[in-house]
Amino acid sequence: MAIVNMTVNGRAVTADIDPRMLLVQFVRENLRLTGTHVGCDTSQCGSCVLHVDGQAVKACTVLAIQADGSSVTTIEGLSAAGGELHPMQAAFREHHGLQCGYCTPGMIMAAIDIVNRKGHALDETTIRDELEGNLCRCTGYHNIVKAVAAGAEAMGREPIRQAAE
Amino acid sequence: MTGTGIGAPVRRKEDQRFITGAGRYTDDLSRPGQAHAYFLRSPHAHAKILSIDTAAARAMPGVVAILTGDDLAADKIGGLICGWMIHSKDGSPMKAGPHPALAQGKVRYVGDHVAVVIADTYAQARDAAEAIEVAYEVLPAVVDARAAQKAGAPQVHDVADDNTVFRWHLGDKASTDAAFARAAHVTKIDLVNNRLVPNPMEPRAAVGEYDPGNESYTLFTTSQNPHVARLVLSAFIGVAPEHKLRVIAPDVGGGFGSKIFIYAEETVCVWAARKVGRPVRWTSDRTEAFLSDAHGRDHATHAELAMDENGKIIGLRAQTIANLGAYLSTFSSSVPTYLYAPLLSGSYDIPAIYAEVDGVYTNTAPVDAYRGAGRPEATFVVERLVEVAARELGMDPAKFRKRNYVKRFPHQTPVIMTYDAGDYGASMDKALELADYKGFSRRKRESARRGKLRGIGFSSYIEACGIAPSQAVGSLGAGVGLWESAEVRVNPTGSIEVLTGSHSHGQGHETTFAQLVCDRLGVPIENVIIVHGDTDKVQFGMGTYGSRSGAVGMSAIAKAIDKVIVKGKKVAAHVLEAAEADIEFKDGKFTVAGTDRGVGFADVALQAYIAHKFSGQDLEPGLKEGAFYDPTNFTFPAGVHICELEIDPDTGVTTIERWTAVDDFGVIINPMIVEGQVHGGIAQGVGQALHEGAIYDESGQLVTASFMDYRMPRAADLPSFQVGMTVTPCPSNPLGIKGCGEAGAIAAPAAVMNAITDALGHEDIAMPATPQAVWRAAQKNAAMRVAAE
Repeated sequence: MAIVNMTVNGRAVTADIDPRMLLVQFVRENLRLTGTHVGCDTSQCGSCVLHVDGQAVKACTVLAIQADGSSVTTIEGLSAAGGELHPMQAAFREHHGLQCGYCTPGMIMAAIDIVNRKGHALDETTIRDELEGNLCRCTGYHNIVKAVAAGAEAMGREPIRQAAE
Repeated sequence: MTGTGIGAPVRRKEDQRFITGAGRYTDDLSRPGQAHAYFLRSPHAHAKILSIDTAAARAMPGVVAILTGDDLAADKIGGLICGWMIHSKDGSPMKAGPHPALAQGKVRYVGDHVAVVIADTYAQARDAAEAIEVAYEVLPAVVDARAAQKAGAPQVHDVADDNTVFRWHLGDKASTDAAFARAAHVTKIDLVNNRLVPNPMEPRAAVGEYDPGNESYTLFTTSQNPHVARLVLSAFIGVAPEHKLRVIAPDVGGGFGSKIFIYAEETVCVWAARKVGRPVRWTSDRTEAFLSDAHGRDHATHAELAMDENGKIIGLRAQTIANLGAYLSTFSSSVPTYLYAPLLSGSYDIPAIYAEVDGVYTNTAPVDAYRGAGRPEATFVVERLVEVAARELGMDPAKFRKRNYVKRFPHQTPVIMTYDAGDYGASMDKALELADYKGFSRRKRESARRGKLRGIGFSSYIEACGIAPSQAVGSLGAGVGLWESAEVRVNPTGSIEVLTGSHSHGQGHETTFAQLVCDRLGVPIENVIIVHGDTDKVQFGMGTYGSRSGAVGMSAIAKAIDKVIVKGKKVAAHVLEAAEADIEFKDGKFTVAGTDRGVGFADVALQAYIAHKFSGQDLEPGLKEGAFYDPTNFTFPAGVHICELEIDPDTGVTTIERWTAVDDFGVIINPMIVEGQVHGGIAQGVGQALHEGAIYDESGQLVTASFMDYRMPRAADLPSFQVGMTVTPCPSNPLGIKGCGEAGAIAAPAAVMNAITDALGHEDIAMPATPQAVWRAAQKNAAMRVAAE
């Protein structure tokens, strides 16, 4: 067993875990944050994307102990319960960027990372190329692309919030 | 129409939980005392099981139990069933071999279930499974359906000689042969409809529980039809009595057909929960999903089209060999028969059609319904035939189609179906305009200047949805009726719970069904909640597949709403002290005709429950009505998709430049959701045409068993789609809805392949048209050009 310490959605957590435990298992099973999903076992689908120290990570490919000392944000940490949605969450709803909802948390977390890296004015080609690591079987990506573009723009209009993150 | 009524692009009510990570999928559940199941699967495609030694595995840490087929047999648990009886043309019933949930004596495909290990943790169960010693006598395997029918092929089931489950046919052979005998031109093609893996992003999962105090069971499962699952698990498999088995399908992350079926794993979880006295949970990993989810398609077809001297189609005939895999999955037998051949008339007036279909066992995963189920296979045959015929006749493919369209309705085809309404020419005209068909030749020349091959392809599909009139499907062999149920419960405060037998796993029912209620009852959409997916809440239902939830499921709700209005008028008559016949209901208000006296819907609801204004002897208190709706006909969504693409002959890479879809889905409840369904369907169809293909090697190993090997469409593989609509209301249901869930997947493969063959200038390429396949085909072009010069 091994002790890990990390901050998850702003909360300090400590646990004694099996060293082979993946980060995605840790957040889903130990912390019961089940919004982060598992869609494959080869790091292809991106359903498990969350942020470690501000960067998008496929949590199925990281051992929980590798995140020791890190700050982790999951989909549940993007907006306070009952509070205002993150602009990217709002954009996915407004543009019907989801159907079954299973890939959605990973898509939203990946999309925010794209904005953080590429800025707020994203063209369609850039968005499609940057979504390379995330699979969706429902939407044909059409509305996801629209949602990411709109969410990126909306994030640019919210400088205060961004600074806070 | 109100802002949230029929026709409004209402944003989805269900999205709040999905975008905040608060969705509840089966694997998200954690049950007190739960144990984890891991299935030991066959590594061989075909083998006798000589012995299973579990002694070492049982001694491993955390192991609770290891169960095999012998344990199933000892508990008299029945096998999995196929619910649709097909008779061969000689009248004999299909040859269905046994399908135990855990193998008994023999395994028949890689991934077949050999044993289940139940342990305190998933890792312990998986570790222990590796310690089970199974002695196999490996047998020769066969994976190709055509090879399986050849003499001397390995026999998958003793009951099926030549591995042939049925030799079925439909249509009139004599009149069809006569049409071909007098034809001025005959077009012939051979097609393979490639095997696909559905791959909803949520893998299948199940949690079984047993309550010894009540002797009752609960199954949480990733199902598109929890009531059908309960019926099959109780009445046929016998794992629990129907009234003591609760099946809950919570949030389900996509299905596309693959979660209709009743599988081994959920059966075992329910059964094992009682045996071990703990909740038993199982979640598929992605490779297990590739190995054991029912696959789709896998047809090989020879088809011919007969035309007269005026380019009028006078006959069609097709011979199809359908690979059904190693066992008959729940609805597998219906897919290549009654969901396929009755669509071979396409959108066309074809006086004579004859189809022969052989269903064949092989040592591969079972094949069953996948988005479209039989109808994509039919559309691919018809639309490839029609396109090739137009080319051979030197006719414009759009004009050739328009010449042959069905133009008068109702139209009786020679293969069962009666098309009730449509205007195929209108869809084609609109699609030609949106696609700028006139500008195509200019764009093709421009591509040629850059050394690229540009092609355009049509697919003028039709499908039979709104599945289906119970008596009709019963006469065709279905073991169930295909009606739908609904219950509308109006609370004393006027808020409404609608219980539906449909199941939403991405389709947005919580929004669209609520829109219908708003539209009819004039209540705010936030006062309506849609309840589905729990057999303890919804009495019975047939579930969601075959684009049936709008046409059938919502029609049941509409019927129940009508009854609520009738009852509400009775209550309102007492409240307003008027004759019931004088009460009118409009925009959420009951009024006395010809007066300004009225009472709102919520007030009537309250009065119905407090029952102070009427005698309980004259009128029952309460406001709750249920309905079962059985459709009178299938519905027939149809449309035209046009794919324009460019091929780089040096690399074989195909780029879709434009996609135009014009669909007629009848009345549309929520255009935003409908367009989303079209987008997703097109993506799956493009996936089939360009990327996807399940490949077994000769020994029966699935070599495409992960997302590393099986090419799922990604964002950069697809363009944005131009989606237009035409509307002819469906006359066969009270809402005029035809259904939209499968259209894109049905239309797209033929549109892509017609465009690729148009670009290449020859027909010698099969799906999936990967860069390698396209590059080879383009080299053939170059060779043809050299020969011509």
